[in-house]
Amino acid sequence: MSSPVIQISSLTRRFGETKAVDQLTLDVQAGEIFGFLGHNGAGKTTTVRLLNGVLESTSGEAKVLGLDPQTQGPALRARTGVLTETPSLDERLTARDNLSIYADLYNVPLADVSARVDFLLAEFELADRADEKVGGYSKGMKQRLALARALLHKPEVLFLDEPTSGLDPVAARHVNSLVENLARREGCTVFLCTHNLVEAQKLCDRVAVMEHGHLVALGTPSDLTRQYVKRLDVDLEVDPAQMELVLPILQGLPQLVIGSPKREKDVLTLTLSGRKAIPELLNILVQKGLRVYRLAPQEANLEEVYFALHGETQ
Amino acid sequence: MNTRAILAIARKDLKVAVQNNGVVLPIIILPLILFVVVPWIMVYASFLAEATGTSTNMGQLLERMPAGLLHELSGYTPDQQLIAFTLIYMLAPMFLIMPLMVSSVLAADSFAGEKERKTLEALLYTPTTDRELFTAKLLGSWTAAVVVALLSFIVYAINANVAGWQSIGHLFFPNWMWIALVLWVTPAVAGLGLVVMVFASARAQGFQDAYQTGGLVVLPVILLMVGQISGVMYFSLGVVMIVGLVIWLIDAVLLWFASKSFRRGELMTKF
Repeated sequence: MSSPVIQISSLTRRFGETKAVDQLTLDVQAGEIFGFLGHNGAGKTTTVRLLNGVLESTSGEAKVLGLDPQTQGPALRARTGVLTETPSLDERLTARDNLSIYADLYNVPLADVSARVDFLLAEFELADRADEKVGGYSKGMKQRLALARALLHKPEVLFLDEPTSGLDPVAARHVNSLVENLARREGCTVFLCTHNLVEAQKLCDRVAVMEHGHLVALGTPSDLTRQYVKRLDVDLEVDPAQMELVLPILQGLPQLVIGSPKREKDVLTLTLSGRKAIPELLNILVQKGLRVYRLAPQEANLEEVYFALHGETQ
Repeated sequence: MNTRAILAIARKDLKVAVQNNGVVLPIIILPLILFVVVPWIMVYASFLAEATGTSTNMGQLLERMPAGLLHELSGYTPDQQLIAFTLIYMLAPMFLIMPLMVSSVLAADSFAGEKERKTLEALLYTPTTDRELFTAKLLGSWTAAVVVALLSFIVYAINANVAGWQSIGHLFFPNWMWIALVLWVTPAVAGLGLVVMVFASARAQGFQDAYQTGGLVVLPVILLMVGQISGVMYFSLGVVMIVGLVIWLIDAVLLWFASKSFRRGELMTKF
């Protein structure tokens, strides 16, 4: 990781008495896919607006690509691309028109406009219907076109606001792979606002979790799961002939095993009090003469982190 | 100023507007009625009045007109006066409805329509400055309004001369008052429709809402029409120059206020 391309310090935005973003401080490194998580109203979209200079902050500072969004908005927006939550396309125009007009707005060199538009239409699998009005497109096609528009000028930082919201799984996977390629292949920094935690876990190098305008957690997905998910689910497999012996033993270890194990065929799924309980449990089972074939922890995911955090702040 | 970006936005707005029947139909139908159909009805009515002997009533209408107007019509015979009066003077204030209507309908589509279609946000994320965005939004609607008004004027000039030819027998239209009306007042009136619609759009939920609210801007034009028909005033060259100057001044003040409130942050919350 190199120097931060986004630096935010105590950034605050009020709407009347409501603080949409409150004392937000974080950095995003170049080339990172940075997940910005939170439910509706958490302050994600407001932050994107503040970082692109389309909304003025109440207090605090931000720098994107070394530029101040409040005073250098136009220069900054020439180097960033934004995919808004709704595709924000002119549905009465064709896909080609939508891209050509924005190529002019983003100052794509005149000689390159046609080739760039054609390239993006092909890249996003829209070339066949490039000259049809966008109003007739499916939601997935509109989202791909909006993403193509955000990339017209080869931005250094790409802000994506709920890029897969409302898309079917196939279309969502397509959009996600496009985003991943952009970051990994072309070195574009991606600031991904989402409440899709599975998506964030798969794509993001680091994530920030927002709650009512506050930053409540920041780190890599695995750091966060270690930090916030105290319980751990494990799969336990023993000699099938000894299965009936295991359950009473587990029930006698309330300090290690939480709740009742679930059995599916010859595998038991247990919830342990934490990672440290694994060697202790294994030791006890072996001492009791059980033949343990497998004791495998299930990786916690961001969803559990999210709900753990949500529970804490509630 | 980034002229390429300004022209791109203006082009986009016009391209989008012409796809909307609610925008295109009034722009086609109004000039057709006002400048193609109405002149013939007026001329036919004059002939009919003459044939049925009711032209004296029309003569009485002319007698109520200001002395300046009667002086300007003194070169015509009494029958010609009626036709010249209707084609040159009576339709002059009506002509102003054209740029007013076209600019306001296009501006409503450009500002409130953009809000309705949820397309403004992407535009705000482009590198355009607030001033470029504001200029671009006004430019497209204003240019289109002036061009449509000029075309309407050309059509009307041909039509008026053809319709009046049988009675007057020579080219009588346009006079200097009309030239001033088209080149001096029309751009100002187009600007007025535009800025009024910018304010109306800020509060409106969509195109129709804005258009209905901003439609009140035709009231001054209707007052001018009534003033002329009732003989209180008439569209002389001097009056037209003064009316133009007043509208330009109103435009300047409203434009100043509108540009002050046209900020990205404001648009994000209002639009």
